[in-house]
Amino acid sequence: MKRIPLPLWVTSILLYVFLYAPIVVVIVYSFNAARHGGPWRGFTTRWYATLLDSPDKLAAARNTLELGLASTAVSTLLGTGLGFGLARYRFPGKKLFSWLMYVPVVIPDIVMAVAMLMFYALMREWLGLFELGMTTMIFAHVTFQVPFVAIVVRSRMVGMDPAIEEAAHDLGASSLQAFVRVTLPMILPAVVAGAMLAFTLSLDDFVVSFFTTGPGASTLPILIYSSVKRGITPDINALSTLIVLVSVAGTVAVALLQRSPRAQRGEK
Amino acid sequence: MVADASPAPAPGPAAGQREARRRAIADGAPAIEVEGLVRRFGDFTALDAIDLSIREGEFFSLLGPSGCGKTTLLRIIGGLDVADGGVVRIAGQDARTIPAHRRPVNTVFQSYALFPHLDVRDNVAFGLRMKKVPEKEVRTRVERTLELLQIGGFIDRKPSQLSGGQKQRVALARALVNEPKVLLLDEPLGALDLKLRKELQVELLSLQRRLGITFVFVTHDQEEALVMSDRIAVMRAGRIEQMGEAEAIYERPRNRYVGQFLGEVNLVEGRAERRGAGDLLVQTALGALRVETRPGDPAREGALTLAIRPEKVRIATDGAPGENRIRATVEQVIYIGAESHYRLRAGEIPFTAYAMNASAGAKEIEEGQPLLLELPPAALKVLED
Amino acid sequence: MAARTRRPEIRFGEHLTWAGEIARSALTSGPAIAWVSTFLLLPVLGIAFISFLSRGTYGEIQLPMTAGNYLRLAGFGVLGFDPQYPVIILRSLVLAAGTTVVCLVASFPLAFFIAGLAGRAKQIALTLVVIPFWTNLLIRTYAWQLLLGPDSLAARAAVAVGLAEEGMPLYPSALAVYLGMLCAYLPFMVLPLYTAVEKIDWAIAEAASDLGADGVRVFRHALLPQVMPGMVAGVILVFIPATGQFVIPDLLGGAKTVLLGNAIQQQFGASRDWPFGSAIALVGMAVVLFGLWFQARAGARTGEEGPL
Repeated sequence: MKRIPLPLWVTSILLYVFLYAPIVVVIVYSFNAARHGGPWRGFTTRWYATLLDSPDKLAAARNTLELGLASTAVSTLLGTGLGFGLARYRFPGKKLFSWLMYVPVVIPDIVMAVAMLMFYALMREWLGLFELGMTTMIFAHVTFQVPFVAIVVRSRMVGMDPAIEEAAHDLGASSLQAFVRVTLPMILPAVVAGAMLAFTLSLDDFVVSFFTTGPGASTLPILIYSSVKRGITPDINALSTLIVLVSVAGTVAVALLQRSPRAQRGEK
Repeated sequence: MVADASPAPAPGPAAGQREARRRAIADGAPAIEVEGLVRRFGDFTALDAIDLSIREGEFFSLLGPSGCGKTTLLRIIGGLDVADGGVVRIAGQDARTIPAHRRPVNTVFQSYALFPHLDVRDNVAFGLRMKKVPEKEVRTRVERTLELLQIGGFIDRKPSQLSGGQKQRVALARALVNEPKVLLLDEPLGALDLKLRKELQVELLSLQRRLGITFVFVTHDQEEALVMSDRIAVMRAGRIEQMGEAEAIYERPRNRYVGQFLGEVNLVEGRAERRGAGDLLVQTALGALRVETRPGDPAREGALTLAIRPEKVRIATDGAPGENRIRATVEQVIYIGAESHYRLRAGEIPFTAYAMNASAGAKEIEEGQPLLLELPPAALKVLED
Repeated sequence: MAARTRRPEIRFGEHLTWAGEIARSALTSGPAIAWVSTFLLLPVLGIAFISFLSRGTYGEIQLPMTAGNYLRLAGFGVLGFDPQYPVIILRSLVLAAGTTVVCLVASFPLAFFIAGLAGRAKQIALTLVVIPFWTNLLIRTYAWQLLLGPDSLAARAAVAVGLAEEGMPLYPSALAVYLGMLCAYLPFMVLPLYTAVEKIDWAIAEAASDLGADGVRVFRHALLPQVMPGMVAGVILVFIPATGQFVIPDLLGGAKTVLLGNAIQQQFGASRDWPFGSAIALVGMAVVLFGLWFQARAGARTGEEGPL
């Protein structure tokens, strides 16, 4: 491989610093003893302690987790099916639908949030369903998670040697047997990676949650936003740090997971 | 289509064995029959009305360059593709309605296609387990097959821990353990280095002899086909150009394509002048050449092409003119250890001749030297085109 | 030569009739397509419809149908020409474009840097880019408030250079918004660009310089075409969401910098003019469709399939 010239090293390091500056500053300030933000006034962990005392934050954490798990479960199922189906089968309108499935990936959060809000409002008018709350948020999250899971699963399927499935059939497996015994185990790492991606997207979401939430269904991002708008309370830094650490752990875990399938495919 | 060219009588003790084998195979039942098989991909015709019959116990090779249809034909036989027209019969039974997973054939893939999430044991056992063979029997058969292929020690490894040659053996074991009626092999040695390839060629050959299973082997390597096969079908652009025993195809190629695909061949244009009971006189730019004809040779009038293999071109050391002798000049001498290849020119016509370096006088030939070449009438063949 | 009426397809060894394939597609892709269509695509059509309706006195949606909302967006308000919304739209597009350009410029060195590393180092460098991508945007944006606060390093540096007043934070400001946007969208651009750079066939560049081309020409003719698909993907992934970005201008831009995202939020919040808000949202949607169409066109030229 080419050797990297010094200016490129320097530029890249600076860019990495730029990317991580916000994350680092939040973590640092979460230990800042200053009461209203501002300059450093000594090290303390008491903001973390106060988190445990605030029922609204604990409730929000519980909601966020519930929301994440429920939406991930549904979207992983749907997204895996979509990824598999798009990789394997052809049907009329497939190209159009593929592009339509990509819309949730690029659409600005707020356009999606508003559209869903409208939809829920209409459903409430006509069918009396969809009071804003946990359910509406879960449904909304699933909607933007599905394409991401599908992308991960599909790219794994496309990268698979088609001869492997042919070998399964050649050796006597029916379509179902081949799927269960050969295809599924092989795409499992991708499914898991997709699920973790979906979970993280749910955890991080603010705009869509904000518009589709209802009473008692506040999530951590919504809570953080309200706090920030009202004025900085230092325990927000502690909360944010925890959330960031969870994301980092998840990302690293997925990165480690993504390495084993490559080895399994026997790349030499 | 092409009839099997009758082979030249072979001298020596091996002839007895080969004759016996040939007769046993010819007496056997057909394992695979293909009639009028057609396969098209859009505008491209991959198979153009293929007919062939592969007999039980035969090692049959499909030989040709990329895109000639050999792999397509193999896949259709295996049930991994379906023809647009024509019939495929496996052991006498029409296979068109039988899906791949129920055919009594197994395939060894070019990329081995081992299941990466299963170890060697489970890979090889896969087919048996699909057939619900009792576990005890599965274990015995798996171990026996792995021993046969000399990889018993790898039974607990995963494919990612195996070398190319080892993976190949596992792929073979996985197919053979099911005792299929026919084994289909799609360029299985293509990804291996030369030395390993040659080792495995010999092993595959003796394996086939031992097991007696019909092998259908796809390759683009003519040497490989010649080494291993009972019969070869040389393919081009969806058709079988010539089919027959290795010797027959090599010694008596039907046309330019087959001649040039299997090794090197010298071509001489000429006109048919006089036809006798077993020979033909052909006028060429090099003079009149007498050609010994055989039944089944193309009966051409007028302009035709003659072919002769370089190793059959004799260098006449006595210098006397005679039948089928021509003058040539040595342009290039290429030394290849056991043999030397001579690039010559007879008038306008380029010629290649091979000689074993151990034979008398071979090593004294130099570039620029004039030579007298003899083209034995029995070695000349009239080509169809 | 027996002919069969319905010749089955065989793909990957499976035998599929046309009907069977449709059935399997329905079983596998069907649920997801149905879901996304119901919960997103249909609603988008819904707001398209609503954008042509009017607002009642108490904020309810009612007929008559009118194109008034769109006229207002184009600047033709009820009381004459009002540039407020055209300006907002323009400002959003400019911001998105600017962010995209800056991201592109910053991503190239990063992409080549990561591609130039070997083995473990490359994995680590890549993961380091991915981590911020997966970290909560709200938190990272709020962190810029800390970074640009009155006592922060940045503020003090600015004061020292004379660009700011003592004790004043560096936000809300256009600069803050740009910084926030860049930080948010850089990973979106780096990842697809890196994927393309990773696949570059350097032999082409070597051949070009071998034939006498200088650095610039090598880049333009040998490297750029190869990374183009990655660039296009990255541009789409940044530009489209950036036009509708709401949180960043909200936290770092304040009242001075109203963008599409804020405008939409206003109409669905305080102002309760859902038809008008829908119209604005539709402008955002139009950008999405344009971007997808553009990507499809660019992809078709290089022979790529869709992203999904």
